[in-house]
Amino acid sequence: MSETRLKVVVTGIAGNLGRVVAKLLHREAHVIGIDRRPFVGRPKDVDHYQVDVRKKKTDEVFRRHRPDAVIHMGIMHDPRMSAEDHHSFNVLGTMKVLECAAKYGVKKVVMLSSANVYGPSPENSNFLTEDAPLMAASRFPSVRDLIEVDMLAHGFFWRHPEIETVLLRPVHIVGAAIKNAPSNYLRLARPWVMAGFDPMVQFIHTEDVGRAMIEALRAGRKGVYNVVGPGEVPLSKVFKELGHQPIALPHLLARPLLRTLFKYRLASYPPEELDHIQFLCMVDGSRWTQETGWKPQHSMRETLRSVLGE
Amino acid sequence: MKQGLRKWTQSMAGDDLDQRLQGSRPENEYGVDPFGFSLDYALSAIGPFVWLYKHYFRVDTFGIEKVPAGRVLLISNHSGQLPVDGAMIGVAMLTEAKPARVIRSMVEKWVPSLPFISTFFARVGQIVGTPENCRRLLEKDEAILVFPEGIKGISKLYPQRYQLQEFGLGFMRLALETNTPIIPIAVIGGEEQAPAVVNVKPLAKLLGFPVMPLTPYGAPFPLPVKYRLYFGDPLYFTGRADDDDSELEKKVKVVRAAIQTMIEQGLKERKAVFW
Repeated sequence: MSETRLKVVVTGIAGNLGRVVAKLLHREAHVIGIDRRPFVGRPKDVDHYQVDVRKKKTDEVFRRHRPDAVIHMGIMHDPRMSAEDHHSFNVLGTMKVLECAAKYGVKKVVMLSSANVYGPSPENSNFLTEDAPLMAASRFPSVRDLIEVDMLAHGFFWRHPEIETVLLRPVHIVGAAIKNAPSNYLRLARPWVMAGFDPMVQFIHTEDVGRAMIEALRAGRKGVYNVVGPGEVPLSKVFKELGHQPIALPHLLARPLLRTLFKYRLASYPPEELDHIQFLCMVDGSRWTQETGWKPQHSMRETLRSVLGE
Repeated sequence: MKQGLRKWTQSMAGDDLDQRLQGSRPENEYGVDPFGFSLDYALSAIGPFVWLYKHYFRVDTFGIEKVPAGRVLLISNHSGQLPVDGAMIGVAMLTEAKPARVIRSMVEKWVPSLPFISTFFARVGQIVGTPENCRRLLEKDEAILVFPEGIKGISKLYPQRYQLQEFGLGFMRLALETNTPIIPIAVIGGEEQAPAVVNVKPLAKLLGFPVMPLTPYGAPFPLPVKYRLYFGDPLYFTGRADDDDSELEKKVKVVRAAIQTMIEQGLKERKAVFW
């Protein structure tokens, strides 16, 4: 292995998005994975450390490899987990990664956040720019750790101007094996929709997010960017495309009903998630598009149909 | 039913309406523009409004040829309890302006929380009235309708008819910032369509509406008054968008005075309310 190859630590590498990034990156760079899960299907030239990113072992990985760059995607969002576990893993994990990056001379940090930090609301402008306030937690308090992670990156910009930090906020990520809320929702054969509401929504294919993360590694890139996929589409057309038959429920009924179902573990979505299928939470990705010449490779049709494993 | 409605629209507004509008907006493979406007949906949905325009309110439009191509702010007085005035200006721009134009209007922030209405508004091109949305649309050279009196204008009681309320300054900031000409519009007729005598505030609160006006015959159902729309000459303003309110107020007064003059002229010329 030549010494001139870029050395990149990737956290959360065993997840679906992590594996996409590893696959796209491992031929050009020396990829070093950190994840507490085993990395199934790991390419031979990728080093993987099955450790919890919050632990001291992370220091050791950085000390041994002295990476040039870090891609931090070790964030989780599972509404069933306690707020404490969430908070600890996401916030303390991110703090640890940033601390190591500063301590061991990393030159580039790429962090994955989400366009969901802005939060859906009836008062939203149709396209939110990177300067829009992060309001998600005002209606859905249990996502505040995701906002805190986003804010940690902002603090890092100020404290370490010598490090090129890139914070990406992609729209809803969907893909074949992805188990996040939007992908799971699109897979439902009889999904709930809110009667009389048909908000415009944005999606991006996992592979396109992976490509964006790698694009962010390029020297000179720094800053906060919304990352959009192939455009905007009304929710109703999404289900038409997928051939699913939505069930329209009055929104005043759907909330208490879902609250009860969630409480008794009969539904996997907390009622606050209904905001996403009732109101707008779309972003303006033009800053990223203009600065990088970004173009998603997957069309809207391909992106939507990817959740079906096509 | 959708096809039927669309045919109806075309029978009233001309068969070639969709061709005249085709390509006026970038639609994706799902038939919508990024803001959720759908020409197909709009042509079906506006049928009833074209009928109202031609046969119920029998709208007379004056000076619509003064609307310039490209970005423009249409600034109008507001009246009638229900926003019929907005719909009639929209139909006029669609059926009488050359070339036909789909206009955007800025709707109240509570509209997106209303079922069905929110979807309807989005598909026919109406957007939540945030400055950010307005700026974005003007930069795309759209025509935007703004009622600077807002709720205060539309919910006036009958004794206050044709008295212009205070104008907001937001539209002027956007006009200066995006270098957009302003077309003043006077709507005559709207004030008499639903003569409200009382605003029942507790009922409004209960329903979550900003106001709840009642007419002598109950709900503010629009009567078949005759509408007259007067389009004024374009007004061009220069100056700093972030100027003091007092500076902007001077410019807004010019627009307000232009509308006031046209209202007075329109009222003088009109012989009757219903014909």
